Amino acid sequence: MHALSTSSLLSIEALAGGVFLLTALGTVAARQLLTCFNLFVLQSFLLSASAALLGLALSSPHLLAVAAITLATKTVLIPWLLRKTVHGEVYRIREIDQVLNIPTSLLLALGLVGLAYFSVDFFGGVAVPAYSLVNLPIGVAVLLLGAFTLTVRREAVAQLLALLVAENGVFFAGITIVPNLPAIAELAAAVDIPVYTLVVGLLTRRIYSEMGTTMVGRLTALREE
Amino acid sequence: MLLHLGYNLLQAAVVIGFAPLIEGILARLKEIVQSKRGPSIFQPYRDLGKLLRKDEIVSRQSSWIFRAAPYVAFTTPVFVTLLIPVLTRYPLFFAFMGDMLGAGFVLALGGFFVSLAAVDTGNPYGPMGASRTRMVGFLTEPVFLIVFMTISLVAGSTIPYIVQDEWVRSPAAFFAPWHVLLVIAFFLLILAEDGRLPVDSATGHFELAMIEKSKSLEYSGRGAALMKWAGAMKLFVLMVVFLNVLVTPWGLAGPTDTSLAGVLLAVPLVLLKMLAFVLVLVVIESSLAKLRLFRISEFTGAAFVIAVVAMISRLFAA
Repeated sequence: MHALSTSSLLSIEALAGGVFLLTALGTVAARQLLTCFNLFVLQSFLLSASAALLGLALSSPHLLAVAAITLATKTVLIPWLLRKTVHGEVYRIREIDQVLNIPTSLLLALGLVGLAYFSVDFFGGVAVPAYSLVNLPIGVAVLLLGAFTLTVRREAVAQLLALLVAENGVFFAGITIVPNLPAIAELAAAVDIPVYTLVVGLLTRRIYSEMGTTMVGRLTALREE
Repeated sequence: MLLHLGYNLLQAAVVIGFAPLIEGILARLKEIVQSKRGPSIFQPYRDLGKLLRKDEIVSRQSSWIFRAAPYVAFTTPVFVTLLIPVLTRYPLFFAFMGDMLGAGFVLALGGFFVSLAAVDTGNPYGPMGASRTRMVGFLTEPVFLIVFMTISLVAGSTIPYIVQDEWVRSPAAFFAPWHVLLVIAFFLLILAEDGRLPVDSATGHFELAMIEKSKSLEYSGRGAALMKWAGAMKLFVLMVVFLNVLVTPWGLAGPTDTSLAGVLLAVPLVLLKMLAFVLVLVVIESSLAKLRLFRISEFTGAAFVIAVVAMISRLFAA
């Protein structure tokens, strides 16, 4: 029945890892909010594909469940919530306000990727399976890239997307370290993340209707009425 | 030995013969996407024939460089085809004369002469395009070097035949994360180097915005034909390196069967791969807008970062 051998499944999983890293770099470099949004959806899909491939390769039902949950929440529910709660006008932003310009942030992103690979080299001593050595550094790199984008952007929705990207990175590394991650943990996260997406989305909607902008990076002073 | 020399010449003939066809297909598909009918796919051949029959007018102010540049530009892509696997998987007569870096230098030589020729005449748009091309050129140069370095890390060589063999032999290397990243970086390089859309509008006729095409504005007759043909061949050669060495190293004449029939059978397969590439190019050219000049550094910067990430992931994986 095994049409595809374990090794070929794992190598296709590595391919998904490469594209996963690429989408994270894309969110650092993208100027348009809608591009960021689409990249996040693509990235979540790749996360789910990676979990499914690993689940098939290691014949772990837990990972298959993780893949299904990720697919349902991150590629369908969260994008839908974001689209519903945040005003459509916000998605037409063509130039996301940033603290640093794009070439500088790309160069810093490069440093972060280097740091991620370098730090994971220390884990090499710990007994990790070979396939983790693909996922682990990519996951850590995407976590760092997401956190970096979160600090650099001044736009509320872009910041939220960066947070979700960082979260994707954690899961991408997590699925290989603990392949038998109880599905209940993933289920808990699957409830948690849509809730905070909803909260931030509603908050952004409120800010937008009060201020006419979502550039939260500019909201630094309190004002007495 | 003599057979390999013959195949090498056949490769060059394929590149010379089919380069305008690819250009014609690209133009036609683009028009179809824009709901127009468009010219026949053989239009570039007719254009070349017409230009070759016409008189050539050369400015009295120009030097020998202006007259020599079309010939240099035409010869360099042909020369590069001797080094790269166009039709066969096994190395041919001239295969070990130069590696990918050498091929890059030879192509750059053609570009250098064309830029000089553009400055040579008094035309105000020529030097502008030439200096812009140099700008794009020096922004893409580091990316090329990083890509070639990573390739040499993976395959242990930068001879295109050996690199290609590496991807064919080991599927694990083919699906590795750095391979995808390399492919994307190289693709962005092709767009920048050939003056394709986010960087430069290849079909634009507005002189002030031109980068690549403004350099051949002064040519007429045979010179114009050679420049046009050279441009088509340059794209063809870059596509061959991209497709046959990096992305889809299959479908070429195998190492066991060295008959002429096998080599000839590879021609339609290679053209089919190119058709797929052209489709991607059409989608990009019809959906993206041209970048502002000073945003080109962002585009090449992204390519650079992707290439370095590929290198980092390869270095630490070993």
